[in-house]
Amino acid sequence: MLKTFKIGGVHPEENKLSAGAAIEQLPLPDTVSIPVAQHIGAPAKVLVKRNDKVKVGTIIAESGGFVSANIHSSVSGVVQKIDNVYDASGYRRQAVIIKVEGDEWEESIDQSTDVKKEITLSQKEIIDQVNAMGVVGLGGATFPTHVKLMVPDGKKAEVLLINGVECEPYLTADHRLMLEKGHEMMIGIRILMKALGIVKAAIGIENNKPDAIKTLQKISVEYPGIDIVSLKVKYPQGGEKQLIKAVINREVPSGKLPIEVGAVVQNVGTAFAVYEAVQKSKPLIERIVTVTGKSVSKPSNLLVRIGTPVSKLIEAAGGLPDDTGKVVSGGPMMGKALNDLEAPVTKGTSGVLIFADKEAHRKAYDACIRCGKCITACPMGLEPFLLMSYAEQQMWKEAEDDKIMDCIECGSCSFTCPSYRPLLDYIRLGKSNVSQIIRSRKQ
Amino acid sequence: MSEIIIYTVITLSALGAVAAVVLFFIAKKFKVYEDPRIDQVEELLPAANCGGCGFPGCRAFAEAMVKADDISEFNCPVGGNDTMAAIATALGKELQEKEPQIAVIRCNGTPEHRKRTTKYEGASSCSVAHNLYTGETNCAYGCLSEGDCVVVCDFDAIYMDEATGLPVVKDNCVACGACITACPRNIIELRNRGKKERRIFISCINKDKGAPAKKACSVACIGCGKCVKECPFDAITLENNLAYIDYEKCKLCRKCVPVCPTNAIHELNFPPRKAKPAAPKAEKETTAPKADAADNKPKQDNNSTN
Repeated sequence: MLKTFKIGGVHPEENKLSAGAAIEQLPLPDTVSIPVAQHIGAPAKVLVKRNDKVKVGTIIAESGGFVSANIHSSVSGVVQKIDNVYDASGYRRQAVIIKVEGDEWEESIDQSTDVKKEITLSQKEIIDQVNAMGVVGLGGATFPTHVKLMVPDGKKAEVLLINGVECEPYLTADHRLMLEKGHEMMIGIRILMKALGIVKAAIGIENNKPDAIKTLQKISVEYPGIDIVSLKVKYPQGGEKQLIKAVINREVPSGKLPIEVGAVVQNVGTAFAVYEAVQKSKPLIERIVTVTGKSVSKPSNLLVRIGTPVSKLIEAAGGLPDDTGKVVSGGPMMGKALNDLEAPVTKGTSGVLIFADKEAHRKAYDACIRCGKCITACPMGLEPFLLMSYAEQQMWKEAEDDKIMDCIECGSCSFTCPSYRPLLDYIRLGKSNVSQIIRSRKQ
Repeated sequence: MSEIIIYTVITLSALGAVAAVVLFFIAKKFKVYEDPRIDQVEELLPAANCGGCGFPGCRAFAEAMVKADDISEFNCPVGGNDTMAAIATALGKELQEKEPQIAVIRCNGTPEHRKRTTKYEGASSCSVAHNLYTGETNCAYGCLSEGDCVVVCDFDAIYMDEATGLPVVKDNCVACGACITACPRNIIELRNRGKKERRIFISCINKDKGAPAKKACSVACIGCGKCVKECPFDAITLENNLAYIDYEKCKLCRKCVPVCPTNAIHELNFPPRKAKPAAPKAEKETTAPKADAADNKPKQDNNSTN
C-alpha cells in the first residue's frame, strides 16, 4: 500500500492540463515591478534609487531582519521609480519598478548550462551563499531558506524531506522541473544535505506523476542517500506536517516546527534554486510558473523573471479568454484571486489559473447542518465549523484554545462543506486576530 | 390518619423554624454592604447597556461613578447632559457638560465616484473582506459596504443605502461607538453634533498620495492642502496626504468646502448657498452642494420622522 498521511484530506479533481507542456522561457517584458516583500518575515530594504542602472542579479533590496531575504534585479535596465503596486496580496505594496534595457548579467553569475556536480563550498559558506542569493521556499509559503538550514541549538536534523508532491490541482511547475532539471535538483539536494550535515534525504512524489518518479529513480543511483518515495494522491500532502507524516511517519507537535522531529522540508523548486545559487552564483531571479485553466488555449509552464506582470504570462499562454471570470495566483485550493492583472510574478507565484465565468463564482451559503464533514476533511484534526463560529462571534480566546493557529489554510474544509460555508475566510480572520493578540502578549 | 397529618405539620414547622433562625444569623454575618446610591444612579441611566461609556453595562458604570471622587470625565452618551446632570445632583458631585456627539461616515465612495474593479463573493463581513484585499474598488481605505456597522448597532441608528453602498447614520445615533470598533477600516468617527446639527468634515480617509487616491476615487482627499490654507481658524491639519478638520476648532464657516478640488469636504444640514453669478468658481460650488444635498436626503427624512 502506498504511503500517505492519516487524518483528513480531500481529493479534488486533478486537472493537470499542462503536465505535458515543456518549460518555455518567457520573453523579457518591457518593465518589471519587483516587490520588496516577497517572503514571510520583514520586508527587504530598498538599496537603489530612481535612474540607477542595474544588471541582472544586482541586489536592489537587502534583507530587513533575520527572517527576511535579499531581493535582486531580474533584468538589466534603469530604475524608473519606487512605488506601490498591487501584488498577489490584494493590496498595494512597495516595489522597485525597472525599465528593461538589453539583458546584461552581473559578471559573477555563471550563465552556462553545464551541470556542475562538485560541491566545493563548506557548510557555513553554503548557508551564507543561500542567504546572499535571496533563496526562499518556492512551494508557496516563501520562508527564507537560510533560516531553515540553521538548525537551532539543542535540535538535530536527521532527515531532509524534499517536497515533490505538488498536491494542488492544475499546477505542474514542480512536475516539469523534476522531469527536465533532475540532475540539477539532485545536486541541490546534496548541497542542502551538506548544509544540514546529514546523509539521508527523501523525495516525496504523488503517484499521479509516474514519469517523474521513474526519471528520478533512474538518476538517483548517482546521488547516494536520496530516496524516492511514491505517495498516494491526497490533498494537502504538500503541507510540511502532512509530508513528514506520510514519508517518515512522525507527527510534528502543535505549534512546533518540523525540526522538533528531526525533519527539514524543502520544495523541489527550492532545491533547484539552491543549486543555482551555490554552483552558479545565480540569485533567485526567475521561477517556473504554470499558466493554466480549462478555457486557456495553451496551458504552459513558463520560466519567468520575477516582477513580470501576470498579463504577459497569460499572453504567452494564448491570451485571456473572453469568458474569464477570475484569475487566481497560485493553485485553486490555496491561491488567491488577483484584483489587477498587472500584478507582478513574485518568488511565491507557483501558478496563474484562469477560471471561466461559469466556474468562477461561489455558491450562496446556507446554515451549518452539523454534518461534521469539515472535521473529517481537516488534515490538522481541527474543528473548522467551530473555529468559524468563534471568529464570527469574535471569541478569540476560545479560538486560540481550540488551536486555530494550527490551521494550515489548505481549504479542505471549505471545499468539502455541503452548505458552501466560507469556513476558511473566517478562520483566516480568526488567525490574523489571534496572532495579533499573541504578538502583543509577547511584548 | 389524622396523627400522620399532625406529625407531618409539626416536623415541618420545626424544621422551618430552625432553618429560619440559621438563615437569619448567616444573613447577618455575611451581609454585603452595597451603596444604595448605585441603585439610585442605575435607575437614572437609560439601561441601554451599550458600553458607550466604556464600562460593561449601566450597572458597572453606576458603580464606577459612585466610587469616583470626580465624575467630570464620565459621560453617558445615550442619556446625554440631562441624565448626567441628574446623576451629578443625586451624587452631589461636580459635572462638566459635554458637547453631544454623533457618528459620521468618512467615505463618499459611491459607485459613481469609485469604480468597482472586482466583485467580492466571500463571506458578507467587512472584516473578512478587509483581511482579504482592497475590496471591490481600488481604494484600500474606503467603505467595504458589507455592513458590519449596521449589525452591531443596538439603536437601529445606521443603515446601508442600497444605491450608494455606504452606511447612513440616522439622527437617533447616541454615539456609543459600537460601529467605530466594528469597522475594520476606521472610516467612522465621532464628532460633535454642532450648532443646529451642522457639521463639516473631510469625507475621506485615503492616506495615499494624490494621484493613486484620485485614480481610485474621484472624491478622495488628495492632500493638496488648499483647505488648510483657507481655514481662518487653523482647524485643519494635513498629515499623511490626508486633511483633518478639528471639530473643536471648526467654527462652521464653510470656507473650506468650495476650495476643495475633489469635493471631499462635506457639509451637513446647512441652508443652500446663495448663488454668486459673478465668480466662475461659484458655479462649481452650486453643483457641489447638490450632490451633498442628495446625500443628506435620507437624513432629512429621518428628521421629519423622528
